Amino acid sequence: MDPKLINDCVHCGFCLPTCPTYVLWGEEMDSPRGRIHLMSQHVEGTPMTPEMAGHFDACLGCMACVTACPSGVQYDRLIEQTRVEVEREHERPPQERAVRGIVFNLFPYPRRLRLLRPTLGLTGRMAPFLARVNPSLGAMAGLAPRVERRQRLPRVVRARGERRAVVGMLLGCVQREFFPQVNAATARVLAMEGCDVVIPPGQGCCGALSVHSGLEAQAKRLARRTVRTFEKAGVDTVVVNAAGCGSSMKEYATLLGYDPGFRVMDLSEFLAELGPVATRHPLPRTVAYHDACHLAHAQGVRSQPRQLLSGIPELELREIPESAICCGSAGTYNLLQPEAARDLGDRKAKAVESTGAQLLVSANPGCTMQIAAAMRRAGADIRVAHTAEVLDASLRGAAL
Amino acid sequence: MEELTAALHSLLPEDLVITDPVRLRTYECDGLTYHRATPGVVVLPETAEQVARVVRLCNDFGVPFVARGSGTGLSGGALPREDGVLIVTAKMRRILDIDLDNRRAVVEPGVTNLAITEAVRDQGYYYAPDPSSQQVCSIGGNVAENSGGAHCLKYGFTVNHVEACEIVTPDGDLVTLDRMDPGYDLLGAFIGSEGTLGIATKITVRLSRAPEAVTTVLAAFESLEQGGEAVSAIIGAGIVPAAIEMMDALSIEAAEAAVACGYPAGAGAVLVVELDGPAAEVERQFTRLEEICSAAFELRVAAGPAERAAIWKGRKSAFAAVGRISPAYIVQDGVVPRTSLPAVLAAIDRLSAEHGIRVANVFHAGDGNLHPLVLFDDAEPGAGERAEVVSGAILDLCIEHGGSITGEHGVGVDKSRYMPKMFGVDDLDTMQLVRCAFDPRGLSNPGKVFPTPRLCGEVPGVRKGVHPLVESGKAEQF
Repeated sequence: MDPKLINDCVHCGFCLPTCPTYVLWGEEMDSPRGRIHLMSQHVEGTPMTPEMAGHFDACLGCMACVTACPSGVQYDRLIEQTRVEVEREHERPPQERAVRGIVFNLFPYPRRLRLLRPTLGLTGRMAPFLARVNPSLGAMAGLAPRVERRQRLPRVVRARGERRAVVGMLLGCVQREFFPQVNAATARVLAMEGCDVVIPPGQGCCGALSVHSGLEAQAKRLARRTVRTFEKAGVDTVVVNAAGCGSSMKEYATLLGYDPGFRVMDLSEFLAELGPVATRHPLPRTVAYHDACHLAHAQGVRSQPRQLLSGIPELELREIPESAICCGSAGTYNLLQPEAARDLGDRKAKAVESTGAQLLVSANPGCTMQIAAAMRRAGADIRVAHTAEVLDASLRGAAL
Repeated sequence: MEELTAALHSLLPEDLVITDPVRLRTYECDGLTYHRATPGVVVLPETAEQVARVVRLCNDFGVPFVARGSGTGLSGGALPREDGVLIVTAKMRRILDIDLDNRRAVVEPGVTNLAITEAVRDQGYYYAPDPSSQQVCSIGGNVAENSGGAHCLKYGFTVNHVEACEIVTPDGDLVTLDRMDPGYDLLGAFIGSEGTLGIATKITVRLSRAPEAVTTVLAAFESLEQGGEAVSAIIGAGIVPAAIEMMDALSIEAAEAAVACGYPAGAGAVLVVELDGPAAEVERQFTRLEEICSAAFELRVAAGPAERAAIWKGRKSAFAAVGRISPAYIVQDGVVPRTSLPAVLAAIDRLSAEHGIRVANVFHAGDGNLHPLVLFDDAEPGAGERAEVVSGAILDLCIEHGGSITGEHGVGVDKSRYMPKMFGVDDLDTMQLVRCAFDPRGLSNPGKVFPTPRLCGEVPGVRKGVHPLVESGKAEQF
């Protein structure tokens, strides 16, 4: 934990109302200002007590505080450094270790996730039983989405019409195995907008889950592999359709200490910059757009997805109240901190419901599962789709 | 303390009492980090009844207590006591009632200032006082400090917008003070008492109708003097804008670095003037304003809510934004008569040059409320002390010019030592009489506002000797 970064905080408290855990509990040590205070205590020699580690673990890493901070405190870097410190110094109880073992040996590995696919329907039904065994297992099962058929994507998808760009595409882990239709839609939209889409077959996890949880070694290993894969593919832009992956890939230079040699862009960011050429067909739907934290706060991408959605004829875009507050998904947070995540999910579900929209658009698979599960709990089932799927439907003139 | 903690545990649910030393330390200061003290114990009550019970317990044990809302105060008003209980109202944040017909809302003390406005904005109402920290500061804290804000020039301070308060008195009774009560204006005495007369647990605020028209103007001047002259001319012309804010070059630089507010480049000073009211009136005033601000090299009018928000963002983030251009700083708060503004600003300039300490000026120019930001590098030996000297000298300047040592941040712990400069012994003693009427044992936020524990506040127990005011026949004690 860099004392210089800690000292940037002037203790003004502007971050408090944007912090999901402060919104839930109203306690100083579960606010960004309080956590920075805890970091400074630790730097000054206070050992990493279980209480202290608990408050760091309770941070979602949503970065809403980074957006709110007028003093430019780099809380994102601070919490990442802190999590590494927690892993080094804090001895977790056996059950917690076991759950973390499952999470970090499962989700960053698409092949292992694939083995789960046939069981997803069953695990959903087993959720109440698993919750009794361990709340994290229950949460994991409760989140299980209904998966669509796998779709194998070719190595290259050629541009329709005149070629305007060549881009690499990241498939992601959860995205690839649980939401294959999102990747297919992404490739089609890019192609219809005139891009050659290069999809290197050997790609694995980008390392986002690990870097956001303080598992530095695993993060670096996965990041290096991803860099090699896309370097070999020879693209200078990699388009990412999962907010969490995009935000961590944009930080590769900090993590690895060298420039990866390609630029990383979120799909909506890229499409907005490229500008539309393909015809948009009307899509008469009311749509609520959900700001994924790792898109809005970490990457500053807010206007582009709204701009893309508003560009679709007859589509009505509605804003969700409290849109800056995290839905509780936050990477692995809803698995490791199920109670807080559930409260935040319920809060978000209520906010989404208040818009009366027919469709929720979310640009991150974690958020999609989290909000969909919360809406199911509240008995207010809503269709959740990725920005790419909505655009794809409009470009093809198909129904959603 | 241990016995008290055990008693608190039996009084409140376990998770509402904090005793872990690491957690306690996160409450060691509010927005003013210069003063720190780790509280003996922290409680996070969820109801007024719980607050009352905690206060009664403090009375039983003769232990002092301090109230805290969001912890954004800038005078150390919520500085905890190591031998006392810190009562945090952050969990009491329900809006209990909104009565638009009577233009009132009843809220718990932990509700943020902005949350009130957000709850009624769609119906065309708002809560008028708007401290720069309005998205985070609590209404309970606003009542304690009688908080102001940019728009207080036209609409007044918290005291003008609170209709009633349910309070827990320093001896633990739950009572309601209402503006409509005949007799002494106890509500008036309570608001701005900085936690020394009890803790507000329910606040009835007045809601204001959003004005028909709002015009926000950003005027850029080459120098601070030109800006100051424009301010005097605006008020002199009989215009009462909702707000007139001024920022100097240094604070513009900071705001620019923090929020990229896009203020005109090369400005020695900018004025943010907001006109509001009926459309016809605003239009007429705007025409006059344009004439008055003829010295400005750029006059920018916000075209809509988004542009208005962008202009205000620069101003409202200025305090914290200074963190971008200086490792450490002191936010000062003083008041001078508007006509003395140019003289005082020039004197601050001289002080700054003399001590080699940079001072950024941000202020509510319309009512002469200065917020000089005294910048220093805490790594440089002696810089902190020099900054303190400059900061103190600025307050002396304010007093010299017939102003005040605080406009809206309160006296707290930080300025108590300046109270004797502003008030005579008799004045301070009279204030103590008021305080003792509410808090005879001196348990409610002791050590704040007044320089040293005096008279009945000195020790728990009966004051020896006759009060000087009683002696001189000016007051009677019952």
